[in-house]
Amino acid sequence: MKKKFITFSRIIKTGMVNFGRNAWLGMAAMAVMIITLTTVLFSWVTNAAFNNTVGQITNKIDISVFLQDSVTNAQAQDLVSQLKRLPNVKSVSYLDKAAALKVYKQQNAGNQQILSAIDQVGNPVPATVLVKPRDLNRIQDIKDFLSMKDVAALQTSDSPTYNGSRKAAIDKIAHATTLLRRAGVAAVIIFALISVLIIFNTIQMAIFNRRDELTIMRLLGASTWYIRGPFVVESIMYGIISALLSVLIIHGLFVASSSALQASSLGLLDINYASTYFSAHFLVLLAVQIALGILIGAVSSVVATRRYLKFKSK
Amino acid sequence: MILLDRVTKTYGKVATPALDRISLHVEPKEFVIVVGQSGAGKTTLLRLLTREEKPSSGKIIVGGIDYDKLKDREIPLLRRKIGVVFQDFKLLPNRTVFENVAFALEIVGATNNEIKATVPKVLEIVNLRGKERRLPVELSGGERQRVAIARAIVRQPKILIADEPTGNLDPKHAWDIIRVLEKINRYGTTVLLTTHNQEIVNKLKRRVVTIQHGQIASDRAGAQYKV
Repeated sequence: MKKKFITFSRIIKTGMVNFGRNAWLGMAAMAVMIITLTTVLFSWVTNAAFNNTVGQITNKIDISVFLQDSVTNAQAQDLVSQLKRLPNVKSVSYLDKAAALKVYKQQNAGNQQILSAIDQVGNPVPATVLVKPRDLNRIQDIKDFLSMKDVAALQTSDSPTYNGSRKAAIDKIAHATTLLRRAGVAAVIIFALISVLIIFNTIQMAIFNRRDELTIMRLLGASTWYIRGPFVVESIMYGIISALLSVLIIHGLFVASSSALQASSLGLLDINYASTYFSAHFLVLLAVQIALGILIGAVSSVVATRRYLKFKSK
Repeated sequence: MILLDRVTKTYGKVATPALDRISLHVEPKEFVIVVGQSGAGKTTLLRLLTREEKPSSGKIIVGGIDYDKLKDREIPLLRRKIGVVFQDFKLLPNRTVFENVAFALEIVGATNNEIKATVPKVLEIVNLRGKERRLPVELSGGERQRVAIARAIVRQPKILIADEPTGNLDPKHAWDIIRVLEKINRYGTTVLLTTHNQEIVNKLKRRVVTIQHGQIASDRAGAQYKV
């Protein structure tokens, strides 16, 4: 137990010393790791902001289903409960003819002509079912349901409507955020691979510089982890430092952009929300970044040292 | 202590093996000299004992460890039980004499106090007191070789393997080294020494194993050098 502790502390110490000695060599590794981790963090936070934006917009959209005057109250209630069972339906509300008229009048309160026209013809407004979808991208499910023969039979000829032109814009937004999310994931994967390769090279160079020492250690009976450990410690240090810097960079980015641009949003990106999200989840983000940095560093150094630590098998 | 049974080592697809059905038995506390021309297979023999190489066929048992049953992760443990003095010293150039010897102890997890207590004693045995803080480049060939010996014996191995330790030394320094090896042997360590030096072999009057073309040509106690 004591021996293990001594060995462990020697591994840590040697790793730290090597980290200091290889600082210049390690710069390249750290630079690319910082880019990777910054990309991860940036994608994460902007993704959260996009989701928030889309969520807010989605809440505002609803589908109006107009029922024919011949439809009975029981039939309408039946339709409501069927709609509620659809997986993509968030909420359903039913307005009978009188309630729908009231809403319509409120919406057109300023237009005296319409109001007087309605008073003359009685109640022309159909009973209405309002459907709120959960996910805009899967609205087709609801459309399909509404266009089924027996369901369509209950509706007026101009039913259903999708809040008019807003739907197209919302579709575009949803599509754009999906694209951005995918681009983010792709960038993260590419940068992560590059940083693994570069750390891998850095460690191999460090090993090459010290290959005599490694051979001697091996011949004197040093265990695999006694030799490998310091390299892993060194790479983990790169990871931790890069993680801290990436968090610092993203923090700086939001602070700078919100103060310098004095804007609450950049195109689709709601900066206010993004920076609130960043501060609210600061510790989680920091921990994830550090964990990722450690993971990338450890994996690449373990792989890099493997070749040099094999025993002859023939 | 050391047992080789019909050990053959062939490198790659070369037709003639480096070692051909070598059988050798070394008792505990014995002092055995292995002689033979360059390329006869001496170094291969030693490299098999430290498991730097694996035999193509045959059985090797050292200190009760059967090499056939040795797993990769157990190789370091084996090497800790065998002290090796290399032909080219293999000292760490950027570490002092003291640190080079201490290195062997650090690897096995000795405490700093143990290291501080043990290393000076071993440097005393090889007559290097006072040179603890020198770097290898500041030492003569004989002194470097003694550092290498100190490092090999600091863990008190039961077996000491010395590959041409006098190879690069003038006669006076060569004898210094041999005396140190004899001293270690008197303390109870089995010593396996390879050498070219005819004078040393003849004066030591120990068991001499002669290797020729990968085979044991002769194996006699108190023998003379004859190749």
